[in-house]
Amino acid sequence: MGVNRREFLKIAGLSTLVGLGGKTAFELLAPGALEAREAPLPEGKAWGMVVNMHKMDEALMDKCIEACHRFHNVPNIGNPKEEVKWLWKDTYPHAFPGRENEYQTEKIEKMNFLLLCNHCTNPPCVRVCPTKATFKREDGIVVMDMHRCIGCRFCMAACPYGSRSFNWGDPRKAPEALNPGFPANPEYPTRSMGVVEKCNFCAERLAKGQLPACVEAANEEAEGAMVFGDLGDPESEIREVLREHYTIRRKPELGTGPNVFYVI
Amino acid sequence: MYDGGKIITGLVIGLAILLFPFFYTAGKAAKAPEPELTPKAKEAKTCIEPTKYMRAEHMKVLDQWRDEVVRVGERYYKSAHTGETYYKSLQVTCMDCHSNKSKFCDKCHDYASVDPFCWDCHIEPKESNEGTKESD
Repeated sequence: MGVNRREFLKIAGLSTLVGLGGKTAFELLAPGALEAREAPLPEGKAWGMVVNMHKMDEALMDKCIEACHRFHNVPNIGNPKEEVKWLWKDTYPHAFPGRENEYQTEKIEKMNFLLLCNHCTNPPCVRVCPTKATFKREDGIVVMDMHRCIGCRFCMAACPYGSRSFNWGDPRKAPEALNPGFPANPEYPTRSMGVVEKCNFCAERLAKGQLPACVEAANEEAEGAMVFGDLGDPESEIREVLREHYTIRRKPELGTGPNVFYVI
Repeated sequence: MYDGGKIITGLVIGLAILLFPFFYTAGKAAKAPEPELTPKAKEAKTCIEPTKYMRAEHMKVLDQWRDEVVRVGERYYKSAHTGETYYKSLQVTCMDCHSNKSKFCDKCHDYASVDPFCWDCHIEPKESNEGTKESD
């Protein structure tokens, strides 16, 4: 027998109402309400870093990397494809793509930049992590909870800065010749096979009131080569430095809000 | 009963196979482990909470600590039992006193056949005593 015209219209009308009650209704009435949103940084602490490239040279950068990697027991695998890096160097065109130009000063063209996790204000890695192993702390640091990481590497795909490394093997089985005395710091854990890792802005050192290992190492040799501080406090040293110097950030156009600044 | 002899023989053999492990290990029950304390741990007299509680709940304490430290950023534990404050760290605080993993942690873990993956990342203290063997 089927439905007559009147019944059909009733059903169609009801279905439309039900459909509107779903995501579409939210989008119509309150756009963006269903989208995952990052809470804005709370008042007070918002850690950031300035790298003053005028005071940096290759040797000092290596020293910083060494200090960081020794402190956090980061292994040197010896194979660039499986490299684990918290702090590393790369060239201007690689670090700041789109900003390079043919007639760059020779210094910029040849120099390496000290790169690390940017502890973004709007971190894509946090947004994609299915287990919330990566999360943003209230003080702005993007940290990893290794206990939760399942090694899916979504975060590696999401991070536009290459700040994340996957442990393809057990870091404790890294070649001994390249890692004398590994693990160097008995107070900090290593990682296990199958987790992703990255710079944590030395959260454990900050908790003790110490500066990050790289900043400490850099400032031993060149005062002010790296400045770490609270971006939320207008009177802080880092804000003072940012007021005085022209700085650039890596790929700000992506909207991630990187919190590592470079004086060039 | 047809083929009664065969069936009963089969049953007896089957039962024997089934019960073999019980007879084989009869009287060979592994002794309850006695984890050893280091001189430092002995001197301290008590752990951060009463021994009975630690014995039963240390895994929960550690689980709670790791979440509080990593996710909340609370790094100190105030113990009502001793009245002191401790740095929440398996690697730094626990293993400072219990620096004999193979004779303390592993004793019960092996007995209970549990294999916690703490040590995949957390570094166990080097044991200098002769004859210490690593569990894995």
